[in-house]
Amino acid sequence: MVNIKINGIDCQAPEGSTILEACRLAGIRIPTLCYLKEINAIGACRICVVEVKGARSLVAACVYPINEGMEIFTATPKVIESRKTTLELLLSNHNKSCLSCVRSGNCELQTLCEEYGVDATRFNGEMTRSDIDCSAAHMYRDNSKCISCRRCVAACAKTQGIGVIGANERGFATEITCAFDMALADTACVSCGQCITACPVGALSEKDDTQKVLDAIADPEKYVVVQAAPAVRASLGEAFGYPVGTNVEGKMVAALRRLGFDKVFDTNFSADLTIMEEANEFIGRVQNGGVLPMITSCSPGWIRYCENYFPDFIPNLSSCKSPQQMFGAVTKTYFAEKNGIDPKNIVSVSVMPCTAKKFELGRDDQAAAGVPDVDISITTRELARLIKKAGIMFNQLPDEKCDSPLGTGTGAAVIFGATGGVMEAALRTAVWTLEGKKDGTPIEFTEVRGVEGIKEATYNVAGMEVKVAIASGLANAKALLKKVQAGEANYHFIEIMGCPGGCVNGGGQIIQPAEVRNFTDIRADRAKVLYSIDEANTLRFSHENPDVKALYDEFLGEPNSHKAHEILHTSYKAQKLSK
Amino acid sequence: MAFKKCAVPFAGTAEQEAQLKAVIADHKDDRGALMPVLQKAQEIYGYLPIEVQTMIAEGMDIPLEKVYGVVTFYAQFSLNPKGKYRISVCLGTACYVKGSGDIFNKFSEILGIKGGEITPDGKFSLDACRCIGACGLAPVLTVNEDVYGNLTVDDVEKILAKYE
Amino acid sequence: MIKSIAELNAVKESAAEVVKTRINCEDTGVKDVLICGGTGCDSSGSKKIVECLKEEIAKAGLQSKVNVITTGCFGLCARGPIMIVYPEGSFYAHASVDRIPEIVEEHLKNGNPVKKYLYEETVDGDTIKSLNDTAFYAKQQRVALRNCGVIDPENINEYIARDGYQALYKVLTSMSQDDVVNVMLASGLRGRGGAGFPTGRKWQLAKDLVKDADQKYVCCNADEGDPGAFMDRSVLEGDPHALIEAMAIAGYTIGANQGYVYVRAEYPIAVRRLQKAIDQAEEQGLLGDNIFGTNFSFRLGLRLGAGAFVCGEETALMTSIEGNRGEPRPRPPFPAVKGLFDKPTVLNNVETYANVPQIILNGAEWHAAMGTEKSKGTKVFAVGGKINNTGLVEVPMGTSLRTVIYEIGGGIPNGKAFKAAQTGGPSGGCIPPEHLDIPIDYDNLIAIGSMMGSGGLIVMDEDNCMVDIAKFFLEFTVDESCGKCTPCRIGTKRMYEMLDKITKGKATMEDLDKLEKLCYYIKDNALCGLGQTAPNPVLSTLRYFKDEYIAHVQDKKCPAAVCKDLLQFSIIKDNCIGCGMCAKKCPADAITRTDYIAPGKKLAAFEIDPNKCVKCGACMDGCKFKAIVKG
Repeated sequence: MVNIKINGIDCQAPEGSTILEACRLAGIRIPTLCYLKEINAIGACRICVVEVKGARSLVAACVYPINEGMEIFTATPKVIESRKTTLELLLSNHNKSCLSCVRSGNCELQTLCEEYGVDATRFNGEMTRSDIDCSAAHMYRDNSKCISCRRCVAACAKTQGIGVIGANERGFATEITCAFDMALADTACVSCGQCITACPVGALSEKDDTQKVLDAIADPEKYVVVQAAPAVRASLGEAFGYPVGTNVEGKMVAALRRLGFDKVFDTNFSADLTIMEEANEFIGRVQNGGVLPMITSCSPGWIRYCENYFPDFIPNLSSCKSPQQMFGAVTKTYFAEKNGIDPKNIVSVSVMPCTAKKFELGRDDQAAAGVPDVDISITTRELARLIKKAGIMFNQLPDEKCDSPLGTGTGAAVIFGATGGVMEAALRTAVWTLEGKKDGTPIEFTEVRGVEGIKEATYNVAGMEVKVAIASGLANAKALLKKVQAGEANYHFIEIMGCPGGCVNGGGQIIQPAEVRNFTDIRADRAKVLYSIDEANTLRFSHENPDVKALYDEFLGEPNSHKAHEILHTSYKAQKLSK
Repeated sequence: MAFKKCAVPFAGTAEQEAQLKAVIADHKDDRGALMPVLQKAQEIYGYLPIEVQTMIAEGMDIPLEKVYGVVTFYAQFSLNPKGKYRISVCLGTACYVKGSGDIFNKFSEILGIKGGEITPDGKFSLDACRCIGACGLAPVLTVNEDVYGNLTVDDVEKILAKYE
Repeated sequence: MIKSIAELNAVKESAAEVVKTRINCEDTGVKDVLICGGTGCDSSGSKKIVECLKEEIAKAGLQSKVNVITTGCFGLCARGPIMIVYPEGSFYAHASVDRIPEIVEEHLKNGNPVKKYLYEETVDGDTIKSLNDTAFYAKQQRVALRNCGVIDPENINEYIARDGYQALYKVLTSMSQDDVVNVMLASGLRGRGGAGFPTGRKWQLAKDLVKDADQKYVCCNADEGDPGAFMDRSVLEGDPHALIEAMAIAGYTIGANQGYVYVRAEYPIAVRRLQKAIDQAEEQGLLGDNIFGTNFSFRLGLRLGAGAFVCGEETALMTSIEGNRGEPRPRPPFPAVKGLFDKPTVLNNVETYANVPQIILNGAEWHAAMGTEKSKGTKVFAVGGKINNTGLVEVPMGTSLRTVIYEIGGGIPNGKAFKAAQTGGPSGGCIPPEHLDIPIDYDNLIAIGSMMGSGGLIVMDEDNCMVDIAKFFLEFTVDESCGKCTPCRIGTKRMYEMLDKITKGKATMEDLDKLEKLCYYIKDNALCGLGQTAPNPVLSTLRYFKDEYIAHVQDKKCPAAVCKDLLQFSIIKDNCIGCGMCAKKCPADAITRTDYIAPGKKLAAFEIDPNKCVKCGACMDGCKFKAIVKG
């Protein structure tokens, strides 16, 4: 431990801590804007400055390491005045249309401006240009609100290993854009939305599709069906004041029902269905000498990444549609037929922790009934917005259950939302299928759990050594695939999720400010919700899902049957977008 | 955001491409090779349009955006071709205090272009540069390799006339 | 290949024969004609003079009697192209091709220097002074520049003749790493590039802080970006081997086997000569494996800057060598711990390195004997602006500005009054007349609100507006800001806008106050040294020339008559002969004839309509009778 003095009071902090971390331990909160732990420690915004005895100038607490005997002052008049001026300078080049900004109330800049009592017009002058890029299906960029903190750049280049956005030009003209200012849609952006959740202000946002949902519900001709992904219930509560890691499944269902959807279903249903198809596909590949390792296909961000960056792995991708798309496909075929509804009149809405789902629903080969499987995909954030707009007092809602028949899910399905969850669910069913149910058939495969970027495990399944790997976050995926390409590692089955930690940390989840993200692991906290739902569920194997069984019995026949293939499987194409 | 594609169509030859590929191959094991590669590429092509930057990005296996970010950071790199006659007026301190700012403005006025631009006929491009070290001759400017010193605003037309 | 001291000395002895005419002024019956091939003289045509000279010498059949040598910078750039004839040391100023035949015939052939072409100060009746006796050189003490203008920089043997690579030999064969550090510490040498950090300490940290580093680097900052500063370029052009030798010594001291020189691409001559010098040193085994047969190996690579001033900042320079946007990184970690490619790194600038071999050879005491208590040795200044002897000057630390400007620099042209000297480039400040006599060293300059910087020294006279100068530097900083941190990216832009407002007469006294506060804020808050020092030009002018700011703000007047928006052109009617030249030149038809005929003049005088005047100054330039004034 290192001995330091903070504001005159003796403290201790572990060696190697930054001033920011040491102060946090001592109960002093230092504001940050550009700092994002591990990926963006660049000391650029200067909002975290503090005085250090003996230092020539103020120092940036986010990157300055403590040393023995250091004396730190975090709230002197000079510090406070400096931070205020920094905010005022940022505001002088910021589109201050806060009243109509999507991030109003959840904007890190706004919060600090309020705390420091800024004069928003103290500095006036030229502003950088303010074009809006809304070319992509999932998001827009409004640089008139950008404060050049570069958190989005770090998320794209470091977390995801992609780097289609970056700082260009220099000095006052510095702007975060794509190369040659090309439209985001023309780049190899995978639509993961990690940049959006990294953005402290309203410069980046998902495309808001809530109006489409309201219009559909208001249209008497339309039969509006909604599904909600497993990870949504682990984050939605954060928009209504619940702490990170609160399970709001029951209230979420109640809220969806009150919004006026004709049927409130659960993506857990199609997650179980995915396992039926995918586990059988895997067994088939192993038994028939198919392409291995087989790689999961649930994450549309990952799929897009694979098509652009690793087209050689396209044959390795499971041909299964993602749970979102399987759900839509089943809705517009099985459910429509069963209930005598023209699929053309069904509006299939999904609530997803994901921005890439907005892109995915427009992909080729995603229309089992001749119409798109899914019509509208909204994020967790948009759902929160809908609930607020409808005046639904979320906290007072009763816990309700989803409708039948597409509303049932097992414990294996709900863990899809955490990295390793698809693998675990698949292993549960595969082991059962191959070895038959007996006492001691494992349910929990703890080796594949946890937030580490790359995980590996080997299991003995029916006498065969099965080697699996799990990667979440595309930089990790890239590292793993490079190893496979180089022949340094061999696996039978790989799960890849586009976002670090899996869907619980998806680009469509409720945005937690950096102040929270830097000091708590929201990935782990939200994942815990899913594992506890799994544990409490009496059904923990996908093939035990009675509604899934009924679907096969009544409609599809066998997993991987010809009909199942037509409805539940898709195809991929190598892409040549600008990387 | 308007896609910044160069107005002049790209006219790179197979020979130039081979040269560039050789340069990239030469720097394969060189750490931090992007700058030297860009400098060589600009020597080969005269400027760094998207076609060239894409070749570099692919050849060095780095994102195009990273290449573009570096190119737009440094004043030496140009996204546009330079004129047949490249006018570069020194705006270093020694020249500035002797009136080089007025000389620059005069060129700008006569040619109808701003710094970093090229006349539509491709004949002249105008740039401001920082100290070229000929402070004894201040104010100075260069046209391609020719250096002109001890100038006044009146010399501007005379200098241009030499290249008409 | 030179692998031993005997081989080095053998080269030295034979080369000494070649250079003794110019070094010792020994009359060997052969004349050495030295022509400056530095950028300044090259720009004014020295290359053509060399060609012409060689032709004429051939015509006169003097090839065996005259050597023509292209050297680096002599320093007195204002008189370029410079040509010196040894053994006499005759100094031909403003050499030109049309003078060459006469000089060859009269001087080189007949032995009579052509007085009319000699630098006027060297001619005193019948006696002709050597250049070393002129006021410009007599007060100088050349350490870093000792070989500039003396040797042929493209010939390694001439460097060896001047004790070249002896220091490296000494270090490698008789000194431990600690010995070198101790000599550097005792010498008192401080970094010549900016903040003046003690060089010995820097090397010591890089040597000691990280144990078991698998790789370390030595870097040289030759990205001389201060507008108006060119001392590093002169060393690179005139004495590149001194840099190579010093970097190898630094490499040995900290345990690095690889060095990088980051040099401005805008310095083509320097780049070419340095590359040539590196090639020659490699050929001779003075770079490469097992230098002088020891187990020390060292290699040097060149990296070209690409026009970003911020890359003079040490972390930005390293980020740039790594192939990135040259944005500074937060410190700590300092480069001695985590520098280039995250390895321990020493970075010094060219001039600092140029002192090193001499310190090793002559001893720490020799160096410490020069200069002031806390600033030892000499400093090279690039003197420019409103001064007669524009050029490079190397003086002991502690020399006064007055000596540099008036004695060495020859004073201000056209009898104008000295107003300020700007040192330290965009990071420095303006020094007013009342400080002309303070001894120049690191600490004194900081105390009066400027800094040493790399050594640019720009002289300003009464015709320069200090607000305009501050604005000029701010414009530079805004242009060159990397854009990473808020205070510099937005803060300097806002400062510039406020200054612009002031020069346009649109500012209030509150703006002035706001400007000053913003200055102090940026000093305290910016990420790197460039940002932190960016307000200095404004702060120092506010400190010494506040009345000028106030004149712009309150009286809406520019006392130096520079700021266009505050200018009024008017015609003194009694001086006007009514010729009408001004009206013809006026692009805005703002000048018309009046009814008034001045006494003794035949035609009616003109007047300027201030509402139409665009303040271009064309009328004033066109008036031969000094009838038009601005103010």
